[in-house]
Amino acid sequence: MSTQASRAAARLMISPSVILLFLWMAVPLGMTLWFSFQRYNLLMPGQGGFVGFDNYKYFLTDPAFFTALWNTLALVGGVLLITVFGGILLALLLDQAIYGQGIVRVLVIAPFFVMPTVSALVWKNMLYNPVNGIFAYIAEFFGFQPYDFLAHSPLLSITLIVAWQWLPFATLILLTALQSLDSEQLEAAEMDGAGALSRFFYIMVPHLARAATVVILIQTIFLLSTFAEILVTTNGGPGIASTTLTYLVYVQSLLQFDVGGGAAGGVVAVILANIVAIFLMRMIGKNLET
Amino acid sequence: MGQIELKGVTKRFGDVEVIPPLDLHIGEGEFVVFVGPSGCGKSTLLRLIAGLEDVSGGHIEIDGQDATDLPPAKRSLAMVFQSYALYPHMSVRKNIAFPLKMAKADQATIDAKIENAARILNLTDYLHRRPGQLSGGQRQRVAIGRAIVREPAAFLFDEPLSNLDAALRVNMRLEISELHQKLKTTMVYVTHDQVEAMTMADKIVVLHAGVIEQVGSPLELYRSPRNKFVAGFIGSPKMNFIEGPEAAKHNAHTIGIRPEHIGISSTEGAWKGTVGVSEHLGSDTFLHVDTEFGLINVRGDGEVGLHAGDSVWLTPDLAQLHKFNADGKAI
Amino acid sequence: MARKTSNRRKLVLTIIAWSIGFVIFFPILWTIILSFKSEGDAIKTPLQVLTSHWTFESYGLVQERSNYFRHFMNSVVISFGSVILALIIGIPSAWAMAFVPGKRTKDVLMWMLSTKMMPAVGVLVPIYLMFRDWGLLDTRTGLIIVLCLMNLPIVIWMLYTYFKEIPSEILEAARMDGAGLRSEILYVLTPMAVPGIASTLLLNVILSWNEAFWTLNLTAAKAAPLTAFIAAYSSPEGLFYAKLSAASTLAIAPILILGWFSQKQLVRGLTFGAVK
Repeated sequence: MSTQASRAAARLMISPSVILLFLWMAVPLGMTLWFSFQRYNLLMPGQGGFVGFDNYKYFLTDPAFFTALWNTLALVGGVLLITVFGGILLALLLDQAIYGQGIVRVLVIAPFFVMPTVSALVWKNMLYNPVNGIFAYIAEFFGFQPYDFLAHSPLLSITLIVAWQWLPFATLILLTALQSLDSEQLEAAEMDGAGALSRFFYIMVPHLARAATVVILIQTIFLLSTFAEILVTTNGGPGIASTTLTYLVYVQSLLQFDVGGGAAGGVVAVILANIVAIFLMRMIGKNLET
Repeated sequence: MGQIELKGVTKRFGDVEVIPPLDLHIGEGEFVVFVGPSGCGKSTLLRLIAGLEDVSGGHIEIDGQDATDLPPAKRSLAMVFQSYALYPHMSVRKNIAFPLKMAKADQATIDAKIENAARILNLTDYLHRRPGQLSGGQRQRVAIGRAIVREPAAFLFDEPLSNLDAALRVNMRLEISELHQKLKTTMVYVTHDQVEAMTMADKIVVLHAGVIEQVGSPLELYRSPRNKFVAGFIGSPKMNFIEGPEAAKHNAHTIGIRPEHIGISSTEGAWKGTVGVSEHLGSDTFLHVDTEFGLINVRGDGEVGLHAGDSVWLTPDLAQLHKFNADGKAI
Repeated sequence: MARKTSNRRKLVLTIIAWSIGFVIFFPILWTIILSFKSEGDAIKTPLQVLTSHWTFESYGLVQERSNYFRHFMNSVVISFGSVILALIIGIPSAWAMAFVPGKRTKDVLMWMLSTKMMPAVGVLVPIYLMFRDWGLLDTRTGLIIVLCLMNLPIVIWMLYTYFKEIPSEILEAARMDGAGLRSEILYVLTPMAVPGIASTLLLNVILSWNEAFWTLNLTAAKAAPLTAFIAAYSSPEGLFYAKLSAASTLAIAPILILGWFSQKQLVRGLTFGAVK
């Protein structure tokens, strides 16, 4: 169904989206790039001008950058590890015949719908709090000293919060993938003499691999910009112990008003995200062909 | 009303020419069937007439008006699609009313036309239902109903029976033929099934790789196919082709003989062979006979008492023999 | 798989699954429980909390002190506004790509998706400065625009995958029946795609409702949606457990309910159709 008229109409109807998205992407990104080569501090309006790669030099040689980079990797990696393995186990469990399957499913999925600021505050106060938090009660109940999670292992604590939020996502996708597995395939394998373990490793794991890849890539995109959880719980501290790249850029540009430095950090973040994005796009692009 | 004239119509998709320049006249009130194997361009040709695709060259005239650049809605044609393409969210009544609503007809006219169409198509009791609650045959009738209320210059049918089961297909074939007799409107019908073409058409257009191989009445095509392709495509079971010395005897590169034009005998005849598979339908007997020229299909009237492994003699009816030259053209 | 599972096995698995479900759901459950307690009872030991008396007083206090309702309305206006705007822009685009695919359609789709990969922090500074200069900081309009653009790729992708499932013959039939482009989209495509459009709306409302980067950075008080409203409890009000719990429950309840309805579409929407 393509006549000249319908093709012309199609072009006309795509253009608003294309133009808007192009502006949304290109203009701010262009400005970020421009700022990143300028001396531009909102507190010092008089001073400006081209500074070449100075902003990048400061940003990349700042010890905070390496801490932030490491924290980002640790956070993303930790959350991925917990959600993917936890997700596979949960998906396998929810795929079994159990009483009240629907209700358990609803309970497991719930955290995904909780806004980041709420989950961060709830964990910070009701669970992690060393005086009144549930974890403190549990520790005392077993005769241990309460542990101040956010003060002593801030990054791990945040990782747990974020993992709690994303575990439902991983579980749901892996469960969907598991349920789309042709049961005849499993029965054929059983007829061929494959035991439960062999069926899991030779049939289910390869089938889940694609879904797991999608989970990893999509979560990575979202996790790289984890922000509210850090802002609400630790403000990146103590010190810079839980500052990620995103948070560092935020601090530099909106708290220290160093637009040039923040922009340089933003460009670095964009480059890192794009490395992940390339892989994700390939996966989804392949899927388009079918 | 209802003449369609194609003048040098061409269609290219990118660099691929699916329909080389083609001329065709469809007369008023004719039932024209486009038939050919899948991928021969028959559906594309229908969509060109409908205006759902642009022609790459040439002109389409409907009732003497140049319709080449008209949008589908302005060509006063109605189409019945292979999948019926009913609007699933509308009742049967609303489905049939849709083209009238688009034409901004007033409510009284719409109601009258729907009642009339429903009566013709036996749909009166189903007008309030949704397409999802109808059987295949009923859906087919709704699609036809949607087409007839527009009182178009011509109906276009794109393989309308291919989604029905065999018994229903025979029924609907009859109904469409009756409809044509009743309405006397031009119909252009696309199918890959030569039986449909033979039974329904006033005029058959045999297409092959975008080229018209032959145009004619069903019997013309059956009796005097212009080439090997048409000879092989029209008629069921297929015509037998024999090449080599046996063909040379008749001064031809290839000779063709239909299974129903071969005499069967267990004692004497022109060609000797052995029965491979035999199919006994009671009314007919189909024999697949191994001969020195290869496999020959034969149709016998009524029951012929021959079975696998039996020896058999075949005698072609020389008056019904088709001769072709090396290019496959009929001599 | 029609297969007999022994009842004991089923019972054991049920207990394990319910326990895990309970643990995962516990933070939410506990928040809901605390929201019905008085401030004094809320910081007692868990056992005492459960046995203390139940009250609605925290909900009243939250509304009174911080005007919950205004922030709730901000959230509603911003999330629905941004998604409806995105649908208005996105439906024609998705129609075009699903039914009149060209050679570059795939590239356009992939490019749209790629805009989603850009980390927000990379454009925070220019957006912030532009919004400051245009007076859009701390306005609902500003957030509607940003969230609309942020979700537009997902909206178009989801619609595209739903539209793809509608046979194009039906749209062609409409065209043969004399429908113009507008009628075709309005009377035939849109009603047929209602389930798909609804789930697109639902999922994107959820995403917008919970969005917490732009809402935190671009609002102060006036236009602050619930995400920012809750963030204000981070200190020192966070020590008032009952009020924090009541505010949190109010903030998540609407979306939790919507979310449970949209479970199935969630997978498809968030994986851009890669997992169905």
